[in-house]
Amino acid sequence: MSIFRNPFDPETRLHKGCSCGQHSSQAAHDMELQAAQDRAVEGAVMRALFPDDNMRRNFLRSVGAGTALAAISTIFPLGAAKEAFAQTGGKLEKQKLKVGFIPITCATPIIMAAPMGFYAKYGLDVEVVKTAGWAVIRDKAMNKEYDAAHMLSPMPIAMSMGVGSNPMPWTVPAIENINGQAITLAMKHKDKRDPKQWKGFKFAVPFDFSMHNYLLRYYLAEAGLDPDTDVQIRAVPPPEMVANLRAENIDGFLGPDPMNQRAVYDGVGFIHMLSRDIWDGHPCCAFGASKEFVTSMPNTYQALLKSIIDATKFASNPANRKDIAKAIAPANYLNQPEVVIDQILTGTFADGLGGVQKVPDRLEFDPFPYESFAVWILTQMKRWGQIKGDVDYRKVARDVFLATDAARLMKENGFPAPEVSMKKVMIMKKEFDPAKPEDYLKSFAIKRS
Amino acid sequence: MNMTKQKPWLAPLLSLLILLLTLAAWHLATRPKEAAVIVDPEYAALVGGAAATGAKSAFPGPGEVGAKIWSHLKDPFYDKGTNDKGLGIQIGFSLARVLGGYLLAALVAIPLGFAIGMSPLIYRALDPFIQILKPISPLAWMPLALYTIKDSSISAIFVIFICSIWPMLINTAFGVASVRRDWLNVARTLEVSRLRTAFLVILPAAAPTIMTGMRISIGIAWLVIVAAEMLVGGTGIGYFVWNEWNNLSITNIFTAILLIGLVGMLLDTALAKLTRLVSYRE
Repeated sequence: MSIFRNPFDPETRLHKGCSCGQHSSQAAHDMELQAAQDRAVEGAVMRALFPDDNMRRNFLRSVGAGTALAAISTIFPLGAAKEAFAQTGGKLEKQKLKVGFIPITCATPIIMAAPMGFYAKYGLDVEVVKTAGWAVIRDKAMNKEYDAAHMLSPMPIAMSMGVGSNPMPWTVPAIENINGQAITLAMKHKDKRDPKQWKGFKFAVPFDFSMHNYLLRYYLAEAGLDPDTDVQIRAVPPPEMVANLRAENIDGFLGPDPMNQRAVYDGVGFIHMLSRDIWDGHPCCAFGASKEFVTSMPNTYQALLKSIIDATKFASNPANRKDIAKAIAPANYLNQPEVVIDQILTGTFADGLGGVQKVPDRLEFDPFPYESFAVWILTQMKRWGQIKGDVDYRKVARDVFLATDAARLMKENGFPAPEVSMKKVMIMKKEFDPAKPEDYLKSFAIKRS
Repeated sequence: MNMTKQKPWLAPLLSLLILLLTLAAWHLATRPKEAAVIVDPEYAALVGGAAATGAKSAFPGPGEVGAKIWSHLKDPFYDKGTNDKGLGIQIGFSLARVLGGYLLAALVAIPLGFAIGMSPLIYRALDPFIQILKPISPLAWMPLALYTIKDSSISAIFVIFICSIWPMLINTAFGVASVRRDWLNVARTLEVSRLRTAFLVILPAAAPTIMTGMRISIGIAWLVIVAAEMLVGGTGIGYFVWNEWNNLSITNIFTAILLIGLVGMLLDTALAKLTRLVSYRE
């Protein structure tokens, strides 16, 4: 745990001891606290069962403590009671929350947590509100109409830095999904599978500050096309992508699902490439909350984050995917045919060219917000001229992507959390080392800065 | 003129004929083409019917749209959660927003129009501002409203307010300014006070023009609401259209379009009735 602790925070102890000072480490402190809580719950149950203490002692003497515990456990769910007690770490500052989402499968954990009861499990009453586009979701979140919102993972970085909007400290407590996007082309281009043939194409991406924009630019640039001069890339809200593709206003898009699969379903386009084949394990959408929410309502923030982590964990199990598709397909959430959502979540899908592909990791769910993701996003923002000048990559990444909290809560929820928040990755056979962002940036031939 | 007097049933009959011809043409144009499935059944199960035959999904025919309208009419007030409510509820939200913004606009426009109309100086001073603000589209106001008001539902009402205020303002000013001089002179000769002149002479004289402005405004307000709700979302008929666009459901969008037209017509008819109440013959 200690590697996650902020060494610049005067409240944290880096070497020895715990927050109360009576234990050798924070872990020992937590364990004893847990044990004390368990004892308190057991005590309360025993007192309730045996109002007369003599009776309790006689009972224990005659059957033995182990048998007694087993017997009581069969009639009273002691384990569940202990767990429930542990969860009420503090009083929720706010119980009724509004969380905004865009109707795409990236939002799966945020959406399904409502109908499948993950919010309720942590005592929250969350209303998930469908929103028309990324700029609107940003403005509504900044105006505090939403307590937290589904965002594209570069958005909180741009918002915190004041790029494209007023600066407002924003955070990514958890990533929602990795992979799960695709390049979809119009049917008339089914013979042009080499990106070198795409000169003059018009592409759509959901937003300027999106992984879609950066991945499409990356992919095109690797093929030798300059994304600013050789093709046209415009921001189109996801719901309008298929309609525009059908009307031949665009030649293709790198968009979120269900739009790719929907284009196939309606016979308008085909899936050229899944985004996992550009960068396997790339982050896409994030669960975003303002810094103010995180600091002023710590208990609510924790409960919300725990429900999201729980939901993400549930979604990461392929066995649950069919049920999830059923829960999120109706008009109240994604408003799509169930068969479309099913193909995206299970990874067995029609590719639009007459083939059925089986790619189980087409869409994956992993909540951990690696700080190296933020560093990569920053390199691309700088590469394409969205930000200029010197960037303190490490600091922005740490301020926005709350890896420490996520790791702690993931462990508490029994989700394996990575030990380090920076990792090297391969993107189209090119290594990205988060420790050397400027060198990485210099290595690109096509760039704006 | 003569013919309609002799045969009052002729115009409705012609309307019906046009409707039937349109429906027939629509039906013929969207008739599903018989085509063999050209892909294997496993693939066909994963895509829409049209895609399985190598085509794009088709525009719905009148039968499908009719069935959809009927299903909405049967259950207009269902509530299946925040993002899925019946058409009746959506229309209710939209009407509440429209009336809110519209009444606010009337409260501002009519007194202000009076002042402008009674003073040629103010009229000339404000005219350039009115002329510049009048043609601005609701969608252009929306980001500004969201940014400054910081509340999406009030922003929607503001946009209706700002778009529907101009016809009322201009018509009121014009109506007040063009009251016949003779009447004003008579009032002055009889030494009627300025306030009484305003209420008893100018207001009745300008009423038909003011009402015409209000009638134009309600039409604009209803036009604006769909655009505004498509942008801010949440509730209302505009949100419904957006949500069904998201699902590429042309049948639902068609249903909403017909309903929007119908409600707009009812609003216009109501204002037309009111106009007739205040009109007079010279």
